[in-house]
Amino acid sequence: MDLSSINPLILLASLMVASTPILLAAIGELVVEKSGVLNLGVEGMMIVGAVTGFIAAVNLDSPTLGFIAAALGGALLSLLFGFLTQVLLSNQVATGLALTLFGLGIAALMGQNYVGIRAPATSDVPLGPLADIPVLGPVLFQHDAMIYISIGIVAAVWYVLTRTRAGLILRAVGESHDAAHALGYKVVRIRLMAIAFGGACAGLGGAYLSLVRVPQWTEGMTAGAGWIALAIVVFASWKPWRALLGAYLFGGITVLQLNLQAAGLKIPVEYLSMSPYLITILVLVIMSRDRTRAALNAPAALGKPFHASS
Amino acid sequence: MITLERRPEPSRMWQALTPVLAVVLTMIAGGLLFALLGKDPFEAIRTIFWDPLFNPQFASYSRPQLLVKAAPLILIAIGLSLGFRAGIWNIGAEGQYIVGAICGAAVGLAFYPTEAIYIFPLMVLAGAIGGTLWAMIPAVLKIRFGTNEILVSLMLVYVAEQLLASMALGALRNPDGGGFPGSRNLQQYPSAANPELIAGTGAHWGVVAAFIAVIAAYVLLNKHLLGYQIKLTGQAPRAARFAGVRPNVLIALCLGISGGLAGLAGLFEVSGPAGQISIDFNSFYGFTAIIVAFLGRLHPIGILLAGLLMALTYIGGELAQFMLGIPSAAIQAFQGMLLFFLLGVDVLSNFRIRIKPKQVA
Repeated sequence: MDLSSINPLILLASLMVASTPILLAAIGELVVEKSGVLNLGVEGMMIVGAVTGFIAAVNLDSPTLGFIAAALGGALLSLLFGFLTQVLLSNQVATGLALTLFGLGIAALMGQNYVGIRAPATSDVPLGPLADIPVLGPVLFQHDAMIYISIGIVAAVWYVLTRTRAGLILRAVGESHDAAHALGYKVVRIRLMAIAFGGACAGLGGAYLSLVRVPQWTEGMTAGAGWIALAIVVFASWKPWRALLGAYLFGGITVLQLNLQAAGLKIPVEYLSMSPYLITILVLVIMSRDRTRAALNAPAALGKPFHASS
Repeated sequence: MITLERRPEPSRMWQALTPVLAVVLTMIAGGLLFALLGKDPFEAIRTIFWDPLFNPQFASYSRPQLLVKAAPLILIAIGLSLGFRAGIWNIGAEGQYIVGAICGAAVGLAFYPTEAIYIFPLMVLAGAIGGTLWAMIPAVLKIRFGTNEILVSLMLVYVAEQLLASMALGALRNPDGGGFPGSRNLQQYPSAANPELIAGTGAHWGVVAAFIAVIAAYVLLNKHLLGYQIKLTGQAPRAARFAGVRPNVLIALCLGISGGLAGLAGLFEVSGPAGQISIDFNSFYGFTAIIVAFLGRLHPIGILLAGLLMALTYIGGELAQFMLGIPSAAIQAFQGMLLFFLLGVDVLSNFRIRIKPKQVA
């Protein structure tokens, strides 16, 4: 094994790239769960975002249009979930699973003629002198725009949720839909908007995988990233900045194990590849150990169906 | 304006009719999908649902396949349905299926090349135990720490897939295989093989186990206290606690049973139709079984029928791929669509749809 072949600077720089897909999906799901809806279809929306983004970017030769298409694709798919759970009042857990299964199938179908093509390259944001700072430059300031946009989305979600009236209403709907309904808020409409936002974010996350991280389309390429995003929401106790922390920690582990694989560590590759999933389980255990605190943080109406009786 | 009015209790008529309605709607939507792909929708639907059973050219091959494919689906779905009824969501059956297959195959391969009658029963036992133990991980974490079993059981699927790869390339690799990944073929090792019991039917021991599981689940749910407790917990958790149901025992039992059955399904598959542990030995049965469980309305007899129907879409899908060039991914989307329609039309059994003139507030 040759640990000296791991360059800590490159490691840190690729950490942000590896974390961004999960971060985008997690911050979207966080908003959805804050509105009291549990959407387990993140994986499905991510992979559909990955494929629509890839197709649009290749055909229109523009990563930007690809990301827009991915957000639209993810939102569209999530509204299917929204219609079923909010209007037809189906079981949220089952419908979320259906969304994932359907998404995996439809994405494979859409992408079958796009296997093996390279995505058009995304360019780094020219940050001028900032990029030339030693150490900090390559780590923080030599990235594509989506990384900065994802951090911007986290900041915006934090601001809206905690500092605005709209965020207060969203949280009220998630804590007690009956009380919010009695106050005259349109529970179903607000939840549908949150679901669409979550879908768009998951779509962006998927597109980041297929357009920047890999950058190719392969079947099943999300490989559980959507589920990890769900776990990160729990890890974050439904707080936006903690979701950022969780996603970056997780991305760090992923990048580290990939580098250890490349460096030829004596542990078989398969066991290193398991590590992100095992660590996710470990994190979930730690976060749920203190039951009263876990229950305090979770939105009170999470996963409960709402039916206005009058 | 259309409004929904909750029924005092779910309509029995609609509960029986909605799966059929969902299948019909899926056929229509699937036909549209195939038409978009530039295929004749009627021919595609006929190839998937009719030809495997009744076309003289294919039926002799396809009919036995029906049982081969349905058995693991039914076996897994029966286990899942118990937990789903009680609100315990094991969605990692795919992982339990893989681990069951690995454990069972490992026991069989450990005896190679001894021939003895007790080897196959031991493998069956090992498969069931492997699947159960894998499912006990989310169960114990949920009981002890309150960890969400959905996420843990799912994460363990990815862990199991890596374990499978490591076994196929390492510990269980065929030493006479010339370095190719994959274990010895168990079908060429009579004591460990799971053969076709009646020639031409496709029935192997897994099919027998699936039928036993259906009957056992039916008896459990209708005649046994545990079945009553499962149903009660799903419908009224608070009432269940007052009635003396211990939720932790129920979690362990539901996850344990579903894991054990998934492990059995994996063992019967690896020793029978698949024959060997290989990198891509798992075939999504663990996830498709979720659709089967819901399509069967979480009822044992319903699951039996749903499993057969879902097996038909697998076989018909392969046929459509071969005959019409419909990609296999389309079949997967088709199966996902079925679950969507099923959950959607379920509204009819829980609600009445009323059309009222819009009221002035």
